[in-house]
Amino acid sequence: MPESDNLVEQVLAGNRRALARLISLVEDGTPEANEAISVLYSHTGSAYTIGVTGAPGTGKSCLVTELVKHLRTQDKRVAVVAVDPSSPFTGGALLGDRFRMRDLAGDPGVFIRSMATRGQLGGVARATFDVMRVLDAAGFDYVIVETVGAGQNEVEIARVADTVVLVDAPGMGDDIQAIKAGILEIADVIVVNKADRPGVKNTVRALKAMLELGHRKREISHHGQVMIQTDGFEKTLIDDMWQVPVLQTIATQGEGIEELAQAVLNHAEYLSSTGIQAERDRVRLQNELINRLRDRLVYDLLQRMPSQDLEKLVTAIAARELDPASAVQSLVSNSKHE
Amino acid sequence: MGERKIRVLIAKPGLDGHDRGAKVIARTLRDAGFEVIYTGLRQTPEMIVEAALQEDVDVIGLSILSGAHMALTPRIVELMRTSGLEDVKLLVGGIIPEEDISKLKEIGVNAVFGPGANSEDIVKFINEIVVV
Repeated sequence: MPESDNLVEQVLAGNRRALARLISLVEDGTPEANEAISVLYSHTGSAYTIGVTGAPGTGKSCLVTELVKHLRTQDKRVAVVAVDPSSPFTGGALLGDRFRMRDLAGDPGVFIRSMATRGQLGGVARATFDVMRVLDAAGFDYVIVETVGAGQNEVEIARVADTVVLVDAPGMGDDIQAIKAGILEIADVIVVNKADRPGVKNTVRALKAMLELGHRKREISHHGQVMIQTDGFEKTLIDDMWQVPVLQTIATQGEGIEELAQAVLNHAEYLSSTGIQAERDRVRLQNELINRLRDRLVYDLLQRMPSQDLEKLVTAIAARELDPASAVQSLVSNSKHE
Repeated sequence: MGERKIRVLIAKPGLDGHDRGAKVIARTLRDAGFEVIYTGLRQTPEMIVEAALQEDVDVIGLSILSGAHMALTPRIVELMRTSGLEDVKLLVGGIIPEEDISKLKEIGVNAVFGPGANSEDIVKFINEIVVV
């Protein structure tokens, strides 16, 4: 019996060691992982996924910890995937989110996994997605993904989570500027954490104002069904739009957590009652299929092509004898003749 | 298309509050290209082994400056065994008297690094003992 079969059985039987091992195989992109996922896939689709994103220092890890504690009081099994960045220079990473989630230690209904972005060939989003699938198949009721502090990944989270929680904090005015470009559009629930700090009213007001601007923009192009592009991710919107709540929490004291959990539930209910959930799933899976196809085709093409051919082309492009688009054209038509 | 990464858990069991060494090591290992999970101060042996299991690490690095290493380390080794983590390597750093080093190695610690240990040696050691 191949190792992956064995692992899959153990994961489905609730073996945490096997689960951790399989997640590593998925992260490493091994063939065993692909085999395992092809078996596990039919067991997925029952976990509810929550993405928690926001600027560094807003208290995402603390908030996740409190949310998990709350879900545990309802006897839900919860897995957390905490993503931190890899160094672009050494490939190493310091994964420190677990440090802040120590209150969850020793609870057999909780599984926490730290993940480095390993930023190569779109590997992050795909590995995250597959790791979430493994946790879903392992029977967790909720899978929560905490993203890295900033950057494009924050928009990526909309591809993988059912509900996206955006965390902000008072006194980070510049961050509001930073996030308004796209991240507000993917937020389903907004949380102003550290609400005991001065300036909380201003932050809440600013966020609400920006949301209203966003809504007006949406309504203009709004006739029955509208597709909105959000950095390449299409969201389908129908008549009764979700009103993004702006909540206040003090995660360190557990305040506002119940309201947050309720807002997530409301959003889940909204998604399923309007049929948006199914639509989102389709869009998401279609995106994934296309991304995988793209990765695979590029990989295959590069495998088939002698490396000196690629170097020749690069030399020609660098010497301004050939432009990159024409180089691609010649590569693609050459490969068709083979 | 992926790449195997060495994962290391850096933990401080026991009650002393001196985590500077652990942080320096965590950073050094990060710069050496490892994925380092840092769990911070005052971890119980149970917390450390459970974290190592969930994170599927190749190496556990303990930093102990309290003098409690002969109490904490055997407990961790025992828990690693019962959790099926026999293949995970165990390193101990901190203030460890000479006469205890061989005792720790006897119970299954792979290496002990005291004050003044060269960080390159630690990186080299990990690269050698972890079968990728």
